[in-house]
Amino acid sequence: MITGHLPVIAVMTPLLGAILCVLTRSSILAWGLTLIGAAIPALSSLIILVQVLSRGMLSYHMGGWEPPWGIEFRIDAANAFVLVIVSAVGLCCAFFARKSVDEEIPQSSQPLFYTMLLLCLGGMLGVVATGDAFNLFVFLEISSLSAYVLVAMGAQRERRALTAAFNYLIIGTIGASFYVIGLGLIYMLTGTLNMADIAVRISTLGDNTALRMGFAFIMVGLSLKFAMFPLHFWLPNAYTFAPSVVTAFLAGTATKVALYAGLRVLYTMFSIGFLFQTETMLYVFLPLGLAAVFAASITAIFQDNVKRMLAYSSVAQMGYLLIGISLANIGGLMAAVLHLFNHAILKSGLFLAIGCVVYRTGSCSIAAFRGLGHQMPWTMAALVIGALGMIGMPATVGFTSKWFLVLAAIDSGWWFVALSIVAGSLLTLIYFGRIIEAAYLQPAPENSTITEAPFLLLLPVWLLMITSITFGINSELPVTLARAASQALFLDPHNGLPPQVSP
Amino acid sequence: MSATLALGLVLLLPGVGAVVIGLLHHFPNIREAMSLLTASLLFITVLYLLNAHLNADPQQLQLAELLPGLPVVLVTEPIGLVFAALSSFLWVVISAYSIGYMRGMQERRQTRFYIFFALAMAGVMGVAFAGNLLTLFLFYEMLSLSTYPLVVHRETEEARRGGRIYLGILLGTSIFFFLPAMVWTWWLAGGLAFTPGGILTGKIEGTAAAVLFGLYLFGVGKAALIPVHRWLPAAMVAPTPVSAFLHAVAVVKAGVFTVLKIGVYIFGVGFLSQTSASEWMMWIAAFSMVMASVIALRKDELKARLAYSTVAQLAYVTLGVSLASPMGALGGALQIVSHAMGKITLFMCAGAIEVAGGKKYVSGLRGLGRKMPYTFTAFLLGSLCIIGLPLTGGVWSKYYLMKGGADAGEPILLAFWILSSLLSIAYLMPVVVRGFFLPSPAENEPQQSLEPETSKAVPETIREAPLWCVIPACLTGILSVVLYFLIPSITGFVAPVLEGGVPQ
Repeated sequence: MITGHLPVIAVMTPLLGAILCVLTRSSILAWGLTLIGAAIPALSSLIILVQVLSRGMLSYHMGGWEPPWGIEFRIDAANAFVLVIVSAVGLCCAFFARKSVDEEIPQSSQPLFYTMLLLCLGGMLGVVATGDAFNLFVFLEISSLSAYVLVAMGAQRERRALTAAFNYLIIGTIGASFYVIGLGLIYMLTGTLNMADIAVRISTLGDNTALRMGFAFIMVGLSLKFAMFPLHFWLPNAYTFAPSVVTAFLAGTATKVALYAGLRVLYTMFSIGFLFQTETMLYVFLPLGLAAVFAASITAIFQDNVKRMLAYSSVAQMGYLLIGISLANIGGLMAAVLHLFNHAILKSGLFLAIGCVVYRTGSCSIAAFRGLGHQMPWTMAALVIGALGMIGMPATVGFTSKWFLVLAAIDSGWWFVALSIVAGSLLTLIYFGRIIEAAYLQPAPENSTITEAPFLLLLPVWLLMITSITFGINSELPVTLARAASQALFLDPHNGLPPQVSP
Repeated sequence: MSATLALGLVLLLPGVGAVVIGLLHHFPNIREAMSLLTASLLFITVLYLLNAHLNADPQQLQLAELLPGLPVVLVTEPIGLVFAALSSFLWVVISAYSIGYMRGMQERRQTRFYIFFALAMAGVMGVAFAGNLLTLFLFYEMLSLSTYPLVVHRETEEARRGGRIYLGILLGTSIFFFLPAMVWTWWLAGGLAFTPGGILTGKIEGTAAAVLFGLYLFGVGKAALIPVHRWLPAAMVAPTPVSAFLHAVAVVKAGVFTVLKIGVYIFGVGFLSQTSASEWMMWIAAFSMVMASVIALRKDELKARLAYSTVAQLAYVTLGVSLASPMGALGGALQIVSHAMGKITLFMCAGAIEVAGGKKYVSGLRGLGRKMPYTFTAFLLGSLCIIGLPLTGGVWSKYYLMKGGADAGEPILLAFWILSSLLSIAYLMPVVVRGFFLPSPAENEPQQSLEPETSKAVPETIREAPLWCVIPACLTGILSVVLYFLIPSITGFVAPVLEGGVPQ
């Protein structure tokens, strides 16, 4: 049965597609392969999600080897949901890539660009799907290495992309090394690399220093990858100088996937009962999350480059996710997962809209946005919808995640946190207000002949924005999914039904 | 036509109207006719709903489920119907007035103006018919957003600055205070539906209740309680029809209407008086009322003076709700109606004076009344209504508010009201007196007013404003007198809900 092999199909198609891409010399063919390589995982993820929701956790044994000896892909409601998010964003970006890449990347390197895009996507899907802690590292490195290359490809337009990519590479590699060091300690203690197996053995170990060290190394390593506030300094430059489509793709997926890996470590490998973990949440994640919301949002207000502004906004949004997680209850976790979904939609949509502007004006400074409200009405309308979502206006997805975050904070009795969350929204209003004011209320420079972006670019942008409105008006589906995902993470995985096994 | 369908139409009509107006970009005459038609149809629909409700046929329509367990739902209920009927009627009047004003001032981007006007109206209707707090919040925000393009209509630096303050304060207060208050209420009561008698009884008490009430009152920035009133004067950079309609009727009234709904249907009048959660807000509202009147007195620019007068008059409603007595809430509800009628008259007159005479400052109005008799007579009638003299609609709301104050055992408040009314005589009457009784400035007499020389070429001979401007102003002027006779029946319609809110 092919459906039994879906987890591996979802991860392997982009990787195989990447190999074929290298062999082609034609950029259009490479683009076609990318589309296929992104569409198949998107479709399979959807089917996997439906399967997981109806039949419970799904375990795939790679090559038929029983875990914990063989590698296991272990998919529950949480990673099925993230798989759908990542592959859907990937598909939208792949579709957008054609025109945008033609403009920003030299013809000869285009097939290589698509190769890297597919590798990156495949790596991320692997991180999400796997149930093996070391395998997670391997996939994380596949996606990270290709992401460094993708960022560096912005050098055609802006030479600073090279230093940005180099910074990203150094920091990313440090993060990965920390992860491996931590994992080494855990392996030393437990003798296994399968996450579920690690969890079982840790629960019998009791508290000890080596375990704490392992936990700390892993969390710091992943925090570097998901740009937790003071460890975010690689992100603004990387997002600013990368090609438009890469920025949109990374903003919607890279940090999200690393954060998902963090959640797996927190909730699956170390159960919530692990004392050190709750302390980490209270004394590390909460203050840093709050600091991220304020510091990054305030920095965003003073940026003149729109991509950099939104990059800081992404750091701030990671802050919201951390706040949700640090509440350490199921409501907070659910709000965080929901926000992960919402932010992926909104931020990729916004970065793609900015990609349209870059396509036409060749610039992403605020000054370039003057008068665009009249010259590029569709792009700007999409940008406004995205901005309203980020601010958290009702009838957009942004509102639902703000609602559940505030609700979770009130539920815990953390008034200060509840007010900080809404205060962050006000800062969001200010920096988006700057863009919108420039676009609609300032006249275009004289002799400017900018016209609307082509339909092929607008389509994925609007698809994401319409998703935002649809799920904003009727939030039942994402809320149900986020709830199922948080339950899968939060509740002890060992007391559930036995996983359904396929080869 | 089924009445449920009509409930959907109140949102659909302005929405479709906005689209059609947009399509008629190149045909100004048809476009404006369309705007008038949409407004009239909406008014008829609301009247139909009112009639259905009077025949004991209340309607309910669920549109979507924004959050699990929290639908967007429209219902007909007395206070909302009164507000909807009032604002949809005034939309008809102001649509006619806009035609005269926008053409008279040769404003640009008129299509965009009419589109967002219609969208704002959809927001107002949503607020009026909201069946729960979340629905109200949704349309409340929609109203803030759709009026922003109207405020910044002229796209000057001044307009942009005004727009920033406008949107900043309105969205800011609603996100920072209103949203947490709403989530808190949901967490406490497990629901947000507007229920006679409130939903919070037994769920919260003491200081927490007072804090929650305060969060709501400051959260509804549209009610313009000092110190969150700054957006109102800032928004006066908009063309006058916008100021008239949105800042004397739609936006501010949506604000105090929200306060009224929260007081009556979320807290419940009885609950408020038991817990005295609203007592501290009562004094803030009383202070706001007097303070804004004093500021109004010191403003020379006519529209700014009217704006601060609005801040003061809105505080009457907030005060009425905070009194926590059915009479106070009734007074607040009536104040919404009578103030809307009076203030829209004043704003339309101010706009007519601007169009015909190019005058913006009170000090520049000497002798103008004899040249524009109809406009100034309408201004007089509107003023009387705002002040609350007998034989205008304004007297009833003041009467019930004072009665409510006495019921609540706060006789000191009577002094505040009397002071505020005297102040309103002091800041409104000079306009009429200067217009009618002071001599016109002589030809070569140096200008005494602050009127900027270059603001607009002052016509050689000032005469009455265009008919499109004068007729609507006179109409609402006369209606503010007619209201004196209409209000007792509105009282009979609204009062049962408020009385029903008192637990036995």
